[in-house]
Amino acid sequence: MWNDFTQQFWSSTIDGLTNGAIYGLVAMGYTLVYGVLRLINFAHSEVFMIGTFAALGALTLFGIDSPQSGLALVGVLLLMTLVAMAASGGTAVLLERVAYRPLRKRGASRLAALISAIGASFFLQEVFAIWQGRDQLSIPRVMNKDVWFNIGSGQVRNDKVLVIVAAILMMLALDRFVNTTRLGRGIRATAQDPDTAVLMGVNIDRVVLWTFLIGGILAGLAAALYGVFFELTQYNVGFLLGIKAFTAAVLGGIGNIRGALIGGLVLGLIENYGASIFGTQWLDVVAFSVLVLVLMFRPTGILGENLQRARV
Amino acid sequence: MRRAYSRGLVAAAAASALVLSACGGSNDNGGSSGSGGSSGGSVTIGFFGAQTGPNAQLGINISNGAELAIEQHNAKSGVTQVKLTKYDTQGDPAQATNQAKKAVSDKVAAIIGPAFSGESKTADPIFEEAGIPNVSASATAVALGQNGWKFWHRVLANDGVQGPGDADFIAKTLNAKTVAVIDDQSEYGKGLGDAVRKQLATDGVKVAVNDAINPDASSFSSTVNKVKPANPDVVFFAGYYSTAGKLVKQLRDGGVQGTFMSGDGSLDAEFIKGGGAAANGALLSCPCSSAVGSTDPAVQKFATDYKAKFNVDPATYSAEGFDATNAVLQAIDAGKTDPSDINDFVTKIDFKGVSKQIKFAPNGDLASDLLFITEVKDGKLAFLGDTTQAKPSA
Repeated sequence: MWNDFTQQFWSSTIDGLTNGAIYGLVAMGYTLVYGVLRLINFAHSEVFMIGTFAALGALTLFGIDSPQSGLALVGVLLLMTLVAMAASGGTAVLLERVAYRPLRKRGASRLAALISAIGASFFLQEVFAIWQGRDQLSIPRVMNKDVWFNIGSGQVRNDKVLVIVAAILMMLALDRFVNTTRLGRGIRATAQDPDTAVLMGVNIDRVVLWTFLIGGILAGLAAALYGVFFELTQYNVGFLLGIKAFTAAVLGGIGNIRGALIGGLVLGLIENYGASIFGTQWLDVVAFSVLVLVLMFRPTGILGENLQRARV
Repeated sequence: MRRAYSRGLVAAAAASALVLSACGGSNDNGGSSGSGGSSGGSVTIGFFGAQTGPNAQLGINISNGAELAIEQHNAKSGVTQVKLTKYDTQGDPAQATNQAKKAVSDKVAAIIGPAFSGESKTADPIFEEAGIPNVSASATAVALGQNGWKFWHRVLANDGVQGPGDADFIAKTLNAKTVAVIDDQSEYGKGLGDAVRKQLATDGVKVAVNDAINPDASSFSSTVNKVKPANPDVVFFAGYYSTAGKLVKQLRDGGVQGTFMSGDGSLDAEFIKGGGAAANGALLSCPCSSAVGSTDPAVQKFATDYKAKFNVDPATYSAEGFDATNAVLQAIDAGKTDPSDINDFVTKIDFKGVSKQIKFAPNGDLASDLLFITEVKDGKLAFLGDTTQAKPSA
C-alpha cells in the first residue's frame, strides 16, 4: 500500500495536477456564476460538453486528422480553443437568456432556477445524444505525446504541461480581469450587494451576461484541452467531470476564483494519491471523504474567501 | 424497498403468466391458429436488448442477425409468418424489467435475448414466471445458468469458460510471466476479471497488478501509474469496448508495452475507433466465433447475405443472434406456436449453426465450451480461430 504510494508518488502527482487543472478550469465557471447569482449552474457541465463537440467539429471541418508540429500545431490548438470557446460561451449566454433570466425577472426563487438548470442540463444532453449518438466519439490526435523528461516515476509530457500551464495562465488572467477592469468591478459589486450595485449605476443584466460568457469561455478552453488530452467526447462527457469540478469549486471555497483552481488541483492530487494507495476503485470514495473532512474543519473551503472580498 | 419492489414484479409477472396460460387453454379447444404470440397464422417473437445506449452496437449486431434469420424464414413458402418486435433496454437492468413486462403483456411467443448479463438478471425471472422461452446470443455471466430456469438458454459458452480459457491462453500460448488484470466493476467485468485472476494463480502466473476502474471516468491515470512500474507481459481488461478503447490508449501513451487482451465485451470495431493506433496488437477473446473469413460455405452464405442486407460485415454476436433465432424458427417450422411447446422443442434442439453446434445442456447452457481469439491487425479485427489454433503475430 504505502509502498505503492511512494513508488507512484511522482507519476500520481503529475497526473493529479493535469486532471486537476481541467477540473479547475470548469470549476471557475461554477464559482463565477455562484458568486454573482448565488446559483449553481448545473448546466455548466453541458456548456463544457458542447465545447468538446465544437472542437471535434472544427477538426473534422478542416480535415485535420494527424499529429501536427511547430506553427501548424499552434494554429490547430488555437483553432480548437477558439471554436470551443465560441460554442461554450454562446451556449452559456443562451442558457442565461432562455433558462435563467425569465425566472429572475419574475422574481422566482433560487430553487426554481436550480430546477431550471437541471432541466437545461438534461435537455442539452439528450439533444446531443440523439443528434450525435450515444457512443463515444474519438477526437483525432493533433499533437504527438512526447515525454520531455522523467521526475522519478513521473513522465513530464508535452500535453500535460500544456494543460497545466494553460489552466494557471487562464486563472491569473481571470483574476486580474475581475480585480482591475471596470466590468470586473461591476461583477464584484454585484456579488457583494446587487441592490446597492444597481443604485451605483451597475447594469446587472449586463454583468450577469458577461459572467456567463466568461464562465463559458473558460469551459471552452477546458473542452479544447480535454479534447487534446483525452481525445474523445460523448453526450454525457460533462456529467462526471461537472460533478468533480463543482466539488473542486466547493473545496477551494465557492465564489473564489483562485480557490477554484486550487480546489481542482487538490482534488486531482487527492484522487490520484488515494487511488495509488487503495486502488482505483476507491478513487471517488477517497476524494469525497476528503471533501467532507475539509468542509468539517473549514466550512468555507480551503481559501474560504468570497468573490466580493477578492483583492489584488 | 428494493426487495418489496421485485416481489411486486414477480407477482405481476405471475399474474400475466396466468392470463397467458388461460389464453393458451382456450386456444387448445379452439384448435386452429396458435396461442401466445400468434394470431392469424403468424407468430411474434421479441428481440430483447440494447438498441440505443453506450454499448448498443452489440445489441444491434444481434438484432440484425435475428432480422436476417426471420427474413429468410418468411421468404420460404408455406411457413408460418414470423414477426419481430424489438424491446430496447438500453442495456440498463432497470429498463429491462419494464421492457420484460411489456413483452409479457404483448404475448410474444419467444425472446431472442436478453443481450447483456445485468439485464438478464432482472428480466429472466419475469420471462421464467411467464413461461416465455428465451435464447440469449450474448449473456455470458456464469450465475445465469445456476437458477434452475426452464425457459432460459444461451448459444455461447459462459464466462466460466471464457475466464479460465483466457488465463490458460495467457499462460500457455502467450507464455506470460506477469499479468495486470483490470476490471470495470460491472456484473460482467468483475465476474470475468475474477475468473481470469483465479485461473492465472492456478497456472502459476503472477498477477502483478489488480485494479478496478469506473468506466465513466475520463482519466485512468492512476491505473496506468500502477501498471507501468510492474511492466507486465500482458494487461487483461474485463469490461466493455468503450472503456477498453480509452484504457488502451492511455496505457500506451503512458509507456506500457505489454500485450493488451480483453474479452468479448471489447470485441467490436468501436474498440479500434476509440483506441486508435494503440489498439493494434490487442487480443480479444470471445465464446462467439466470427463469420468473416470462414471457409465453411454455410457460414460464407450467412456473411454474404448479412452484408447484402445491412451493408456491413457481420460483427460480434451477429452469428449467435442468427443461430438463436433459427433455434426458435425451427420450433415454429415444426408446428410449435405455443411458448411452452417452443421451449420443449428448443431445449432438445441439436443443429449446426453458423457460429457453432447448437445443443443445450439441461440447465440451458451450451453443451460445448469453445473460446475464440481475434487480433487487432492494422486497425481491423482479424479472426485467429479457437484458443487451440490461434497464433498471435506478436
